[in-house]
Amino acid sequence: MADLIIDAFSSQTRLRDMIRAIRGCKTAAEERAVVRKECAVIRASISENDQDYRHRNLAKLMFIHMLGYPTHFGQMECLKSIASAGFPEKRIGYLGLMLLLDERQEVLMLVTNSLKQDLNHSNPYIVGLALCALGNICSAEMARDLAPEVERLFQSRDPNIRKKAALCSVRIIKKVPDLAENFMSPAATLLKEKHHGALIAGVQLCTDMCKVSLEALEYFRKKCTDGLVKALKERVNSPYTPEYDISGISDPFLHIRLLRLLRILGKGDADASDCMNDILAQVATKTETNKNAGTAILYECVETIMSIEDNSGLRVLAINILGRFLSNRDNNIRYVALNMLMRAIAVDAQAVQRHRITILECVKDSDASIRKRALELIFLLVNENNVKPLTKELIDYLQVSDQEFKGDLTEKICSIVEKFSMEKKWYIDKMLKVLSEAGNFVKDEIWHALIVAISNASDLQGYTVRSLYRALQTSSEQESLIQVAVWCIGEYGEMLVNNVGMLEKEDPLTVTESDAVDVLEAAIKRHTSDITSRALSLVALLKLSSRFPSCSKRISDIIIEHKGSFVLELQQRSIEFNSIIDKHQNIRSTLLERMPVLDEASYNSKRKSGSLPPTASAPTGASPKLPNGVVKSPAAPMADLLDLSSDDAPVPSSSGGDNLPDLLGGSLTSLPSLTGQAPSNGTDILMELLSIGTPAAQNDVSTSDLLSTNHNNTPSGTPLERLSPPSPFSPQVSTPTATTPVMDLLDGFSPTLSMSNKKSSTDPYFSGNNGPVYPSIIAFQSSSLKIEFSFSKQPENLQSTLINATFTNMSSNIYTDFIFQAAVPKFIQLHLDPASSNTLPASGNGSIGQSLRVTNSQHGQKHLAMRIRVAYKINNKDVLEQGQITNFPPGL
Amino acid sequence: MGIRFILLVNKQGQTRLAQYYEYLTLDRRSALEGEIVRKCLARNEQQCSFVEHRNYKVVYRRYASLFFLVGVDNDENELAILEFIHLLVESMDRHFGNVCELDIMFHLEKVHFMLEEMVMNGCIVETNKSNILTPLQFMDKS
Repeated sequence: MADLIIDAFSSQTRLRDMIRAIRGCKTAAEERAVVRKECAVIRASISENDQDYRHRNLAKLMFIHMLGYPTHFGQMECLKSIASAGFPEKRIGYLGLMLLLDERQEVLMLVTNSLKQDLNHSNPYIVGLALCALGNICSAEMARDLAPEVERLFQSRDPNIRKKAALCSVRIIKKVPDLAENFMSPAATLLKEKHHGALIAGVQLCTDMCKVSLEALEYFRKKCTDGLVKALKERVNSPYTPEYDISGISDPFLHIRLLRLLRILGKGDADASDCMNDILAQVATKTETNKNAGTAILYECVETIMSIEDNSGLRVLAINILGRFLSNRDNNIRYVALNMLMRAIAVDAQAVQRHRITILECVKDSDASIRKRALELIFLLVNENNVKPLTKELIDYLQVSDQEFKGDLTEKICSIVEKFSMEKKWYIDKMLKVLSEAGNFVKDEIWHALIVAISNASDLQGYTVRSLYRALQTSSEQESLIQVAVWCIGEYGEMLVNNVGMLEKEDPLTVTESDAVDVLEAAIKRHTSDITSRALSLVALLKLSSRFPSCSKRISDIIIEHKGSFVLELQQRSIEFNSIIDKHQNIRSTLLERMPVLDEASYNSKRKSGSLPPTASAPTGASPKLPNGVVKSPAAPMADLLDLSSDDAPVPSSSGGDNLPDLLGGSLTSLPSLTGQAPSNGTDILMELLSIGTPAAQNDVSTSDLLSTNHNNTPSGTPLERLSPPSPFSPQVSTPTATTPVMDLLDGFSPTLSMSNKKSSTDPYFSGNNGPVYPSIIAFQSSSLKIEFSFSKQPENLQSTLINATFTNMSSNIYTDFIFQAAVPKFIQLHLDPASSNTLPASGNGSIGQSLRVTNSQHGQKHLAMRIRVAYKINNKDVLEQGQITNFPPGL
Repeated sequence: MGIRFILLVNKQGQTRLAQYYEYLTLDRRSALEGEIVRKCLARNEQQCSFVEHRNYKVVYRRYASLFFLVGVDNDENELAILEFIHLLVESMDRHFGNVCELDIMFHLEKVHFMLEEMVMNGCIVETNKSNILTPLQFMDKS
């Protein structure tokens, strides 16, 4: 019987035919057709329970599986084949089991019994098969059931069985770590093996046990360190063993495994480390390195020396070996040297610094793998002393590097420059260089940060805007360079023209007002410019229109030209700006004052906290984090809304800025503000002021208009679209009263109108839900304030949670202008509804309620987390409280 | 674990052998094979034999028209894996006598049996060629 099957199999007419047919296929469709036909035949054969062809069917299925087609229907055939008596059937059955099944399938449980029998089989090859299969695919349950069998096989006389039992145990203890202690003493015995296979498997088992159990680590450290050192010594000193020869080196794999286990035992233990010093020194000096196999051993040895407890002599030796590797001509060896140096930094940064020049050369290598390693290494090597020359080298290289490497390189350079930006001028210089060389690769948040920095460096603004102007003359195709330049020219245009704030070594620059406008016009007309650049240019033009009277007419023409733009955002801005130029001469100059200084600290902390989306490039409709604090109080007259004219310069106060949405209708406060924070760069803010009111200006308060505006403010493809979904707007922006005053600004300017105050509202769609119940929590408590959260969920939508927040005043003062804000990680969406009131009575006599709706897009994998900020006033004094909420009940 | 997968791919990027030591769905397998094969085949002879991909490394070596790709954990000894690939090729050579792509295609199961003797659960278990080939010869005899 067995012969017959083997015969059918080894003649292989049908299997060969199938493979030939598949090879002959010219297209993927042809291949699919052949496979479909074959599968149909196999299925038919399976359903007839055709034993003669089982072997061949399985062989075919393996081939089909390798090509990436589903073969689940053959799984039961594997089990049947395993259950049969002959070795060849079992062999193909087990192979099929390992290839076609995986540990998640229920079917696998059915094989436990066959495995148990085969583990006790008299034929050692069959025992070997069963061990191998168990070692490759066993599940936790099978591990528990069969562990005693495997443990028994450690005693087998056949070393080939012992080695497989050991590796099988590796999987068992990984699946069920509790079983580790059963295998501790058998594993220790294996370390005395002479048979290479059994020894290497034993070492592997010990290594894995040390990883899962501290107890095992201590055990092996005490009992086996000496033995392992001796074993390694024997291998190093033993005469040549041809049967384990790997290109002239005797069994490098065993050397490597031994060194690896020694590393684990020596790490954090001075005695064990001491014990292995001699042999490590011997391996490090005696290993032949003209062959790859020898280098592999040396590489492992160096890593062990770096990891075990301090022995300065050995470490010097190791670093020298790495230096030799690094200067090797073989790219593989240079790669591993860079890899090792990364780890060596933690041990001896000084020694690695010595190789800086060579590493820097590797950054310029033609091989992408080496470049990537080297760049990461350089990034770790940068410190205050070498940052300037290194940055210069990297930026110089940026000019000639491959396009695909520029992204990584730019990111690292920007990161270095920002980290070591003690000198403002140096920071600005380097950033401008990067922007001119690789502006298209610079992330938005990087150039936003640059703008914030420029806005804070009043003595460098003139210099910066002139440098930008110069840079733009030579590299006009870098998007983010254009954006920064356009913003700066809009803000500091007169410094450009009049050479204000010249630095000592700076060359004077002759730029006329018309030249400056040329630049802006070019940016807006450049057909590859994205919407952000064009919108920024429009704002810059508007600003210059009041400062450059000579160009006023020309600017007005450019703006009028864009009134017909097909891009809604640009069209809207042009119309608004045109109206400012035409109808509001009296307030224009004050309206177009320079931006107040942006709050650097708050921008940076926001960036660090990660609440800033990676590409928050455009203004969103919902950006109450406006740092220009132009609004004094919600009830202030309209003039205050754009009050840049008041004598006292507007102080950037974030709490003031937060009131802006109040002004425009209480409803806007409830936008998912902090989740989609727009960058604090000032342009957006002005745009915001001017664009929010548009629907009203057309005397047609339509919700959909506002929605589409907000949508269009976002350049397509940025995550902001996701972060500020239009839906939250719909239930709220429906009160014409709230927006009317803005309409007046643009069309009539009537100071008599005052703002409607925040309207209190309870949200309609939070009533009447009955989802799963979660305990309430005290989300935040200080001596002055308590915030409680209660939760509810709708059963059909587990991702969303409704949170009812209750704020209680614990102090004896009344809180006015109470505002609650929240920020969440990116995988969560947040929607804040209006609060029930903005005044919180003292001593717990009443509370404010507010609803939040969060949608956790990774529900079940990640927990909710939230940062909160509460701003209020006590006797007109601003108070700010912040906190982080991590105690959400699980399952939200 | 060490080794995550072993792939044999020809110059046209067709898979000739695939052995995974961690579970991946069919879709993810073909996506992964496509990605790394594209990456490795694009490299030239002078470049190093290691490619970083997602959270692991691919060590590859080319023999005539066949590429041997081995996916390993980041802390694995890359140079040793290169030797392992060579050992695999030598073992196949000894069994088939100057092995070629067709030998592997038509005797896929034998290559798997060989691999089974060399690697278990992602760990190298045997490096002696006669030990690797004995079970195979036993089957041919029976």
